[in-house]
Amino acid sequence: MNQFQYVRATKSQGAIDAVAKDPQAKFIAGGTNLVDLMKRGIMTPQKLVDINRLPLAKIERQDNGLRLGALALNSTVANDALVRQHQPLLALALNAGASPQLRNMATVGGNMLQRTRCSYFYDLTMPCNKREPGTGCGALEGINRMHAIFGASDKCIAVHPSDMSVALVALDATVLVSGSKGDRRIAFADFHRLPGDTPEKDTNLEAGELITAVDIPDGPFTKHVHYQKVRERASYAFALVSTAAALDLDGNTIKAARLAMGGVAHKPWRLTAAEQSLVGQPATEASFRRAAEVAMQGAKAFKHNAYKLKLGPNTIVQALRTAAAA
Amino acid sequence: MNAEPELESPHDDSRRTFLKQSSVLTAMALVPSPVVTAAAAELDEKVAAAFEKVPLSLKVNGTKHKLKVEPRTTLLDLLREQLHLTGTKKGCDYGQCGACTVHVDGQRVNSCLSFAVMHDGQEITTIEGLAKGDELHPMQEAFVKHDGFQCGYCTPGQIMSAVACVREGHAGSEGEIREYMSGNICRCGAYSNIVAAIQDVKQGGQKV
Ligand SMILES: Cc1cc2nc3c(=O)[nH]c(=O)nc-3n(C[C@H](O)[C@H](O)[C@H](O)COP(=O)(O)OP(=O)(O)OC[C@H]3O[C@@H](n4cnc5c(N)ncnc54)[C@H](O)[C@@H]3O)c2cc1C
Ligand code: SF4
Ligand code: FES
Ligand code: FES
Repeated sequence: MNQFQYVRATKSQGAIDAVAKDPQAKFIAGGTNLVDLMKRGIMTPQKLVDINRLPLAKIERQDNGLRLGALALNSTVANDALVRQHQPLLALALNAGASPQLRNMATVGGNMLQRTRCSYFYDLTMPCNKREPGTGCGALEGINRMHAIFGASDKCIAVHPSDMSVALVALDATVLVSGSKGDRRIAFADFHRLPGDTPEKDTNLEAGELITAVDIPDGPFTKHVHYQKVRERASYAFALVSTAAALDLDGNTIKAARLAMGGVAHKPWRLTAAEQSLVGQPATEASFRRAAEVAMQGAKAFKHNAYKLKLGPNTIVQALRTAAAA
Repeated sequence: MNAEPELESPHDDSRRTFLKQSSVLTAMALVPSPVVTAAAAELDEKVAAAFEKVPLSLKVNGTKHKLKVEPRTTLLDLLREQLHLTGTKKGCDYGQCGACTVHVDGQRVNSCLSFAVMHDGQEITTIEGLAKGDELHPMQEAFVKHDGFQCGYCTPGQIMSAVACVREGHAGSEGEIREYMSGNICRCGAYSNIVAAIQDVKQGGQKV
């Protein structure tokens, strides 16, 4: 691994300044993504600014919502009584990610910012536009069974691997960031990017901007929720496809619905049209199947991931069915 | 302006001065010379800082250590190579197997994916810290009793994880144990005996 300078931030402003003025500097939180990529020589920051001592780990009630500090651990959030009461879908998604040990290290901010990536991104002998812009995409003509079916470009077809983010986009969360130009709020749906011509950029965060918290507005989705994750083994694996589903039911009638998918796009993939198709409908297999069809409109497979065109809608139906019964 | 420092550099000053003087040559050897000429001062500062070892205080299995480490040293490498606590194993080195599981301030983590310097002031427990003298920890005894291993390579990580699993309250059923032990891979496939050992400890109600 490359050598680097290590500094510990005691104030957010100091951390922001240090990273904003030095393109070779990076924040480090849990380290579970950054250390992995540094060990492999894929990321080579010359300076690490450790943000773990900043007071950003609280989970608290905010008017009409919950505020998760950027440094709250994935395990702490998943087990938090307020989260379980107000946003049980988030707890389910978090517990479906990684392993208990990794969730004890991974933070809210770091989880969102784990790289959108694929196995060619890790393989330094292969071209990858995300790792080295302009070299080409190894996956396009390679083994692309894990890759995107929505929103891909001919520059990159990787998917964002975070489970937590799938729940957060479904729940209309907002990301709070601080930078040298001040503070701003970013709707979760606008936080991650599609690859387009610049797949090296995973998100719309600017250099030196620090995520301080994530806000989730209260909603009616406290009971009929489910996170369905399909993976190649029972646990401790990234999603092939996942679905976050939340329903607000009046008897058997759907008053409101939220749906988002993971493992299908360069960003957590909100399914707004499918949500709309459920409103006013009975919570039945036929309604769920129709919503899944709507959700899959525009999906496009590559050579090895056509199975996702079938697995995707089935996962949506399963998620909705389980949510309705919860 | 705020007078308080907002960034702490744990780098030690006397060593820094020494390295600063001595690293000009290193810098020249490492980068093409035009770069050195253009930004000699700044680069020198960076190279000096990067090569420095930084001070680190840790309590490991109850013993306090005052150490010096390179920032890029992982907690796993520090434990094994500097403190010679080789019970904690390196399986994959990338967070994928759980062989390196230790407790930091009581919580189980993968020591391979964490830089040691990030744990300044924290308390680490490794497999060597579980037994009380000659008396094995109940989870160690249960692993022996139930044959919870074959080659034994994953075992220290399994046991550290198993202790945490019971303490967290995630050992309520076989299904729950399997889910909450999923961060520990066993190439020998000793899983069913590992689950039996954990259930035994859980049902025995001993303090873990
Ligand atoms: C074996 C393995 C399996 C995994 N499986 C899953 C899985 O199934 N599902 C899943 O969702 N994830 C999975 N993960 C990924 C894991 O969830 C992420 O690595 C983790 O969430 C990253 O969080 P962190 O705090 O450790 O981030 P770090 O590694 O510390 O940081 C990641 C990036 O975010 C930046 N950063 C961190 N915090 C901030 C902040 N507050 N503001 C601005 N920038 C910041 C850092 O500079 C860095 O670039 C897995 C990881 C491993 C190693
Ligand atoms: S899909 Fe994206 S990350 Fe994977 S090789 Fe292509 S450019 Fe790189
Ligand atoms: S060695 Fe750390 S998880 Fe494998
Ligand atoms: S006992 Fe051999 S790897 Fe688990």
